[in-house]
Amino acid sequence: MLRQLRLALQTGIVAEPAPRTSELERVGERLRTDILRRFGRSLHIRQVDAGSCNGCELEITGLTGPHWDLERFGLHFVASPRHADCLLVTGPVTRNMAEALRRTWDATPDPKFVIAVGDCGRDGGIFRDAYAVVGGVERVVPVDAVIPGCPPSPAALLAGLLDAIGRLG
Amino acid sequence: MIAGAALGLLQVFVVAAGAPLLVGVLRTLKARLVGRRGPSPWQPYADLRKLLGKDAVVSETTSWIFRVTPYVLTASMLVTALVIPVLVTRPPLGFAGNIVLLMYLFLLGTFFLALAGLDAGSAFGGMGSSREVAVAALAEPTVILAVFALALRAGTINLGGVVERVEAEPWLAVNPAHLLAFAAFFIVMLAETGRLPVDNPATHLELTMIHEAMVLEYSGRYLALVEWAAAMKLFLFLTLLANLFFPWGVTHLAEPVPVALGLLALVGKLAVLTTLLALVETSVAKLRLFRVPELLAGSFALAILSVMAVFLLR
Amino acid sequence: MARLGYALAAVLGLAAVGGGAAGMLGREWTLAVPWLVPLGGLELALDPLGGFFLALVGAAAVPASIYAIGAAGGAARGVGAYLVFVAAMCAVPLAANVMTFALAWELMSLASYFLVLHERERPESVQAAWAYAVMTHVGLACLLGGMLLLSAWTGSVRFADWRAGAPLLAAGARDLAFALLALGFAGKAGVIPLHIWLPLAHPAAPSHVSALMSGVMIKLGVYGLMRAGVDWLGGGPAWWGTALLLAGVVSAVVGVLYALVEHDLKRLLAFHSIENVGIILMGLGAGMLYRQAGLGGLALLGLVAALYHTANHAAFKGLLFLAAGAVVHATGTRDVERLGGLIKRMPWTAACFLVGAAAISALPPLNGFVSEWLTFVALLQNTQIAAPPLNLVFALGIAGLALTSGLAMACFVKAFGITFLALPRSDAAAGAREAGPAMRAGMALLVAACVALGLGPTVVLPRLAAVAAPLAGAGAPARPALGDWLTVQLSGDFASLSPLAIAAALTLGLAAPLVALRLAGASRRRRLYETWGCGRMLQTARMEYTATAFANPFKRVFDFFYRPAKRLDIEFHPESRLFVERIEYANPTRSIFEDWLYRPVLAGLHAAARSVRPIQSGSANLYLAYILVALIVLLVFA
Repeated sequence: MLRQLRLALQTGIVAEPAPRTSELERVGERLRTDILRRFGRSLHIRQVDAGSCNGCELEITGLTGPHWDLERFGLHFVASPRHADCLLVTGPVTRNMAEALRRTWDATPDPKFVIAVGDCGRDGGIFRDAYAVVGGVERVVPVDAVIPGCPPSPAALLAGLLDAIGRLG
Repeated sequence: MIAGAALGLLQVFVVAAGAPLLVGVLRTLKARLVGRRGPSPWQPYADLRKLLGKDAVVSETTSWIFRVTPYVLTASMLVTALVIPVLVTRPPLGFAGNIVLLMYLFLLGTFFLALAGLDAGSAFGGMGSSREVAVAALAEPTVILAVFALALRAGTINLGGVVERVEAEPWLAVNPAHLLAFAAFFIVMLAETGRLPVDNPATHLELTMIHEAMVLEYSGRYLALVEWAAAMKLFLFLTLLANLFFPWGVTHLAEPVPVALGLLALVGKLAVLTTLLALVETSVAKLRLFRVPELLAGSFALAILSVMAVFLLR
Repeated sequence: MARLGYALAAVLGLAAVGGGAAGMLGREWTLAVPWLVPLGGLELALDPLGGFFLALVGAAAVPASIYAIGAAGGAARGVGAYLVFVAAMCAVPLAANVMTFALAWELMSLASYFLVLHERERPESVQAAWAYAVMTHVGLACLLGGMLLLSAWTGSVRFADWRAGAPLLAAGARDLAFALLALGFAGKAGVIPLHIWLPLAHPAAPSHVSALMSGVMIKLGVYGLMRAGVDWLGGGPAWWGTALLLAGVVSAVVGVLYALVEHDLKRLLAFHSIENVGIILMGLGAGMLYRQAGLGGLALLGLVAALYHTANHAAFKGLLFLAAGAVVHATGTRDVERLGGLIKRMPWTAACFLVGAAAISALPPLNGFVSEWLTFVALLQNTQIAAPPLNLVFALGIAGLALTSGLAMACFVKAFGITFLALPRSDAAAGAREAGPAMRAGMALLVAACVALGLGPTVVLPRLAAVAAPLAGAGAPARPALGDWLTVQLSGDFASLSPLAIAAALTLGLAAPLVALRLAGASRRRRLYETWGCGRMLQTARMEYTATAFANPFKRVFDFFYRPAKRLDIEFHPESRLFVERIEYANPTRSIFEDWLYRPVLAGLHAAARSVRPIQSGSANLYLAYILVALIVLLVFA
């Protein structure tokens, strides 16, 4: 226990500086209006895997570690859509997950917005038109922004999230 | 009369307004200890403010119990803030109750929160309720015995009396009985406020949750109240630990200067306790659920030892 | 006709409240009819302690009878027994000699025996009534033994003469008399391990009878313990109080542990009666120990705590049994695993049950809290007795009481949550209807009692202190300082409590966030949507947490006590073991007392019966020979 604490104190803070540019693709105007005001200081995110290969999940997990540490910006992953302001949806939406995704969106209190992650989330990616796949996230729920990439790096994810709530740079 | 009311309001204000900061500082400290920069200490205020602006989604399975619970929870914490010596030894409502009352006020909140967990009919909520009441029930004997050890010395179970008595004899703070009771109460605090190693307040895994599983259904203003009440509970437990066992600075004068000094002393003591809590939370892993009773049995043993030490060292 | 009978019982109850209140205020009253029955005749006397219990019986009988008017729905079965039951319970605290007492006591037991047999078509009822009859008569045998011994030694069958004569008896004689009387009364009070009949008999009776049996009949056992311990025998050595205190701790903890894993709503409540009798005995035992140590003020406190909890338990347990009865009436089942969602279908019953549940869980500002607080305050001052072993017993009591209250809270979260919240688990629960006006009126009266007893200790305590003062021994203040109208202040600065202030503060505390949210401009919109289940479709009652699952952590933690026997029964498809047709999982608990106490005793009885059976051959010649031998033996010894 003491060794562990000593290690922690010796290591210090290893967080990387905040990213400067983002590749966020905005869909519609909603993000420009009320979101900035409401979620600029506090954004609770519910991550939904709607059929992803888990590549994006690996990168998203990287966000919570010491290097990218999204909590320093007031962003936080939560355990229930009831607590969430933002759905972070990955994967080409499979037929099996379409209904679950819709219900998750319905279960999230307003105001809320959706960010589709990865090329699959944008339009189905390489799985587009496959028989088990519905397509991009916007086929099922209204999408407000897209963070492209296959998979997007944690830096790109963080930049996209900060851009969405107007805190980039 | 007016001074008393003002003092009561001041105590409630300190607890109600200070609780989110305490939680924020704790989170920041924990983040720093694992090499993260972490959220700002003021983050909980932003979270609460945002939650108040959000609509609430309520399960159609639920009844009025679910909607009333956040208010009951908040009310029980606010009343506790009026009863315990936060800044002064004899707060205006101090006559109304004592440590036994506190125990049951906390149980009142737990009772309603556990019912709310069952109200939505989800398996998660029931699981959380079941575990929460189990931990609360097993923690009770320790609380009361630790209190008994204090009451033995002070000759009263009125909180103000205990504080005055310990204040009058500063060397009591290093008495073995006192320290054992403190350790027992500290473990109970970990269990009652859902901290590691009993419960992980930051977990996302429903199957390991205790407190979080009960509040999974809450949203918007209801969630804000529940979170606020949870923060106040932590604040109150730490205040109890600080002021019952180390009551330096708690004044019995209802005058501005001593009260301000009391506030300063409280901030200092809470800072120390919060750091201690952060250190504990970063250096232990969460216990398996069915190991928790062993931890609580350990704290019970400490409380018994403390009572016996009072008898032996008399 | 039946309604008239219950109305009569309610009137009788009112009269009992009036008479009892007069007795508590110090009015003495006696009635003697020497010619009516042999051995001393009928003799009734009213004193403060008897008055308290008389008022208690009456106060519980009024709402129960009003409720019965609605619940029985004009059915005539059991009205007569019910009336006799209420009347006999009124007579017990008034009885002033052995014969009167024994008559009233036995009449009470017999009437309740017939009420337990209410559904005599069901084998469980018959078995419950049988167990009840056996246990109650074993108790009666002990009682009569003790009373006859006392009568022989003091030379009088009148209780008043015992008060003068019993303290002069030899210590061994007093110990024996107390042990016999205590065993008899403890059996009626349901003290562990003599509790075995209670969870069988209380649920079998109709709910208004269960309310009276749990609410007041077992309290007459407590009444007897008080009379025997501190009145008739005038106090005794430390082991009397110690035994009662320890029996209280064991009953409280064991009772609540059994209740936790019980899923029959009325049996669960019956186990809680055992728990609460335990809490009462803690107060009584503490009072007796303080009395023995010459600490009159503290003895008074312990006795008052016991009396207060007695009254409180009558109020909230009566309420809970009536509400549970309304549930059974509406759904036809007592199994909580088949209930659920009733708060939407029976809102009044649910609200009443919630008040009872909060009160029995000792949540402020309701009545259970006040009396548990008093018991705590009584126990916590044990350092004034300078005897370390006794202090340890007290510490055990304190920890046991704390554990009990925590576990009781857990159990009532389960009882209320599973029964009334979420979705109904069966068609019967889904189609339940609210109870009728008479039943609701009965429950509402008890809700009012719970609230009044919770908010008004400053009014109630002086009255109870007046009742208990003559029993608290030397050094008990006649008019103890108990604080003012707002605050209860005990033992100087030791402890104070003001339920009124707490209730006012809680009300403000409830209003404050409402106002604060409004001022902060919080959103007031609310949208209804399905329960969050990770996006899964079709939320059904089968996905809800069950009572069994809820109680499972306790089963794991206390497995040395429950000794659960896990049984897994899997039926495979005849073609392949890969396909399972049916899985049955059972995890029943086993009773220590049945396995280790009652079964060996019963087995011994059976073995003894078998060994003497050859004597009964059925041959007339042999029986004539027995008679001859008996005559010869008698002649020889004569």
